[in-house]
Amino acid sequence: MLSETAIKELEEIKKSYPDPKSALLPALYIAQREFGWLSPEAIESVAKALNLPEAMVRGTSSFYSMFKHKPMGRHLIQLCTNVSCMILGAERLVDFLKNRYALEPNSTTADGRFSLMIMECIGGCDVAPAMLINTDFYGNLTEQRIGEILEKYK
Amino acid sequence: MERVLLKNIENPNSADINEYLKIGGYKSLSKAFALQPKDIIEEIKKSGLRGRGGAGFPTGMKWSFADADPRSPKYLICNADEGEPGTFKDRILLERNPHLLIEGIVISGYALGAQEGFIYLRGEYPHAKDVLSRAIKQAYKNNYLGDNILGKGVRFHITVYQGAGAYICGEETALIESLEGKRGQPRSKPPFPVNVGAWGMPTIVNNVETLSNVPYIIDVGGEVYSRIGSKDCPGPKLYCVSGCVERPGVYELPMGTSLREIIYKHAGGIKGGRGLKAVFPGGISTPVLPGDKIDCPMDFVSMPKFDSMLGSGAVIVMDESVCMVKVALRSLRFFEHESCGKCVPCREGVEWLRKIVERIEYGKGREGDIELLSQVAETISGRTFCPLGDGAACMVLAMIKHFRYEFEEHIKNR
Repeated sequence: MLSETAIKELEEIKKSYPDPKSALLPALYIAQREFGWLSPEAIESVAKALNLPEAMVRGTSSFYSMFKHKPMGRHLIQLCTNVSCMILGAERLVDFLKNRYALEPNSTTADGRFSLMIMECIGGCDVAPAMLINTDFYGNLTEQRIGEILEKYK
Repeated sequence: MERVLLKNIENPNSADINEYLKIGGYKSLSKAFALQPKDIIEEIKKSGLRGRGGAGFPTGMKWSFADADPRSPKYLICNADEGEPGTFKDRILLERNPHLLIEGIVISGYALGAQEGFIYLRGEYPHAKDVLSRAIKQAYKNNYLGDNILGKGVRFHITVYQGAGAYICGEETALIESLEGKRGQPRSKPPFPVNVGAWGMPTIVNNVETLSNVPYIIDVGGEVYSRIGSKDCPGPKLYCVSGCVERPGVYELPMGTSLREIIYKHAGGIKGGRGLKAVFPGGISTPVLPGDKIDCPMDFVSMPKFDSMLGSGAVIVMDESVCMVKVALRSLRFFEHESCGKCVPCREGVEWLRKIVERIEYGKGREGDIELLSQVAETISGRTFCPLGDGAACMVLAMIKHFRYEFEEHIKNR
């Protein structure tokens, strides 16, 4: 179940839109915050809170790549490898994560510390290659720099 | 040229309302409220402003379509879902100059008779979300948003809606679907959003940069504004330069500045003094140009004459060391991932294109693959609801046109 705070938050959000169905994406973010990922239980809670069919909640959530459909590590590395980042070395960073942390794209390290998602453009092209760790933005990445940054996330 | 959009952004506190007020912020709003809504629409028409999201549609015309629809309520949506690879201009505006955008939105809402605005912000911009939310709170506190703005009886509210990582939601009808809490799949048009948009009502969708031009147009007048840059599509333009250049970044220049000037004068030329091989002038959905074809004015009207498009003004620069087959493959992976699945030619065709380019890149290309690429790309073009499939097809066709030898080389000497 969603927490009481979340339910209240959701009631407020619903008021911002002419149709409360619009609260679905915000609700999925809230559920993800509470459950860590969109587990079957999370989907069910959202469906209940918004009075929507579960199939619709699941179908909508699966369309968007920032919704997590499996459990993730404590820290989510979202590394861009699109053209501007690629031509400035993003692929080397993917290899580095493989070699140093045994971390493959779309997977989680054995200790549950990091998950890696390959991103399409995150708008950090001026400081490419760029990534987000959770909601923190980092640019001008090199193998050395990404290694140092990751050490801050335990 | 006087800075309009990036004014004051060197100030570390530029996003704060007090800093914005110090440089004359929200003065255009008072000025606008003294005008009739119709006069504002006329002023925007006179300015020649075109939508900065990529399509370059005349903003004044879009507004007058919505204005002519007698139904209400009308909704104003700010499209802050920039996702075209290479584009980061709206991020700078959102993070460094959010009050300019808010002021532009409120003026536009007043002109259009809308009382509610939604900023559809891409999920990948968490920092912009924080800055924008803070700015909106400040605007409410200072009575630039609310039920009785500046005591003039004008009501306008802004809600930020966070997207969740779908490029297609930058397309306005897909954006509206997403805002309604659904999968972001484009709608069939007509009807256009100006008549049947969000929740079935007349809806104006404008890009962040477009709306950020509005306060200045009100300040100096459409006539003066129309003298900046290109005659056919005037105004200041944010060009974002990335890739193999010395000084990547966002540059505010008069619309129509040449691609050569943008790359060599403003972005400092090619990194390490290497040779220029190719440029995407407006993101990867715009046809790539070879390095010797960059003497073109970067505006919506001129670029098609030079076999490309302005798109979002995202200049991606590739030097002689970059493999174009690899760039094509990465771009196709993007289009394949972002195709929403609604139209078969795009859903199936883009995957097919990716598979062909992938085998070429991996040394398994076959004779006839280049012809097959053209054939598949041409079959996608013009057969989809939205321009995503066209973007992928265009990218492939331009790559083959200008860099055919490189594809041949990969196939023959594998």
